Amino acid sequence: MTIRSNAILEVDGLERRFDVSAPWLNRLIERKPRRTLRAVDGVDFVIQRGQTLALVGESGCGKSTIAKLVTGLHPPSGGAIRFHGDRDRLQMIFQDPFASLNPRWRVGRIIAEPLRTLRPGMDGAEVSARVDELLRTVGLSPADGLKFPHEFSGGQRQRISIARALAGEPEFLVCDEPTSALDVSVQAQVLNLMKRLQKEMGLTYLFISHDLSVVRHMADVIAVMYLGRIVEIQRTKDLFANPLHPYTRLLLETIPDLEAPQRDRAPMAGEVPSPVSPPAGCSFHPRCPIAFDRCRQERPQRRAAVHDRRVACFAAEEEGHGDV
Amino acid sequence: MTDIVLDVRNLRVEFPTRKGVLTAVDDISLQIRRGEILGMVGESGAGKSMTGMAILGLLEPPGRIASGSIHLSGDRIDGLNDREMQQVRGRRIGAIFQDPLTSLNPLFRVGDQLVETIRLHTALDKTQARARAIELMREVGIPAVEERIDNYPHQFSGGMRQRIVIALALCAEPELIVADEPTTALDVSIQAQITALLKRLCRERGTAVMLVTHDMGVIAETADRVAVMYAGRLAEVGPVEDVVRRPRHPYTDGLMGSIPSLRSEVEELRMIPGAMPRLDAIPPGCAFNPRCAHAGPRCRREVPRLAGTGATGAACWLATEGAVA
Repeated sequence: MTIRSNAILEVDGLERRFDVSAPWLNRLIERKPRRTLRAVDGVDFVIQRGQTLALVGESGCGKSTIAKLVTGLHPPSGGAIRFHGDRDRLQMIFQDPFASLNPRWRVGRIIAEPLRTLRPGMDGAEVSARVDELLRTVGLSPADGLKFPHEFSGGQRQRISIARALAGEPEFLVCDEPTSALDVSVQAQVLNLMKRLQKEMGLTYLFISHDLSVVRHMADVIAVMYLGRIVEIQRTKDLFANPLHPYTRLLLETIPDLEAPQRDRAPMAGEVPSPVSPPAGCSFHPRCPIAFDRCRQERPQRRAAVHDRRVACFAAEEEGHGDV
Repeated sequence: MTDIVLDVRNLRVEFPTRKGVLTAVDDISLQIRRGEILGMVGESGAGKSMTGMAILGLLEPPGRIASGSIHLSGDRIDGLNDREMQQVRGRRIGAIFQDPLTSLNPLFRVGDQLVETIRLHTALDKTQARARAIELMREVGIPAVEERIDNYPHQFSGGMRQRIVIALALCAEPELIVADEPTTALDVSIQAQITALLKRLCRERGTAVMLVTHDMGVIAETADRVAVMYAGRLAEVGPVEDVVRRPRHPYTDGLMGSIPSLRSEVEELRMIPGAMPRLDAIPPGCAFNPRCAHAGPRCRREVPRLAGTGATGAACWLATEGAVA
């Protein structure tokens, strides 16, 4: 139980379904059934205080939905999210720094807003002193507080989003693709800043990304998602050294490797099936090179117990990796 | 000479604005041979797409080619009027853009769009064109072609749509394909399928490809040679192995260092301080000098240039002359 004791977030059997049925009249006339999309389909993980857990996967795998469930932007359809911390000290950083900042507000006001809501007792001078301090923390100057968001580049805007998130003195940050809209050299600046802040302030990150190299740099633990489920969760080092699920292996083989240019790789065949009608059994079986009969009929079960590494795959289980 | 498909010399693209003339592409020379993939890489605003658009004759006014020349297999194509350029585009140069939905008409079946394009550029009749369309769709890897040829674009996934766009670009067997961020909107596993397809087609047909992308990984995987752009200028050109493993320009070096590695762990990523200058604020001398750790007085005075055309090397005083004084 020592693992649990320091947990800041526990997610158990989390589910989120969306109703994607046709309108009532169409269903009646065209005799179409109700259709539900299982965006998140039984997900569990634990995040330790001061660590980074990364959710990685291709578009539509449900990783951003989990971010919205954890921050309370969507209610879950099933399962439990237990947050062992102060709800007010949970903040979020979004992907698009162009859409997440109010274009009509000066940067100083944007950063001050969480302060005014969470610390209504603070007077004006204290607020502006804190805003100046936050701007300096993220590598901007206090004079930038008087400017509008459009006067900044993408990387600087993401720094502003981070400053705003820090204003609430968070202990837990949900970061949904925070650097995907940025150029690589700017991405390096933002990632370094996030790592420095984590160390200095003891922050915990739920880090969502489609980019395995970014995730490798940032995360302590990585959960690989496919069609709404976690197929594998391991410590970062172990995942890269010894990927257990065939999807993870294929993903690692597929990403371009700068250290081995002009490699002729065999790309993964097929595409991610529709989450409205996922395949029976293991949802990865149509693309899996080692799938056997059992994979087509039975769904590999998630483990209720919390381990450092888990994989939902019959083949891996037979090799003795299922329950470590 | 004969196998040089694209020959760009001293190309300069300008945008006259109220505040003065902005130079988006500044004195670029490059060549692509038959069957070769040249990767154009750079950060947003570096001028890589603008170079592609200039070659396609698709610069948005008031953008214009101010000087320099573009030759396609020996024929000069930069001074052509719209009608002549339309003949070149499609027939001799194919284009693939980032978003396959904008390249396909949503109201027409993909088969009809292919047939129309084939008939526009070749002498085939309707039945022959349809047979050719089926052949092309099969070649780009669309499963169950006979059933899918009469589907509409929205009935295909993103990866399949990009395959159809590639089939469209191939209709007239062009000498050159300009692919502008063809895989950026796609997931990694689909991205790998599309780059493998581009590589195969280039190899089998001898088409020259200009692959414009911000993704160094895609370039490393796909291209034979790389051209790195910075603030409208070429910073470095060379075989992909050399540029990726032994970058000679400090900008390329910084760029490679800022990409998190898949193999090794570092506590902190290398950073290039600051940001690329805006087009209206390019510093004198080397455009990279304010961010460069090695910059000296000469870098602030004189613009370094790549020696010769089609050369391999870096536009950097330190790399070319070993001194920056």
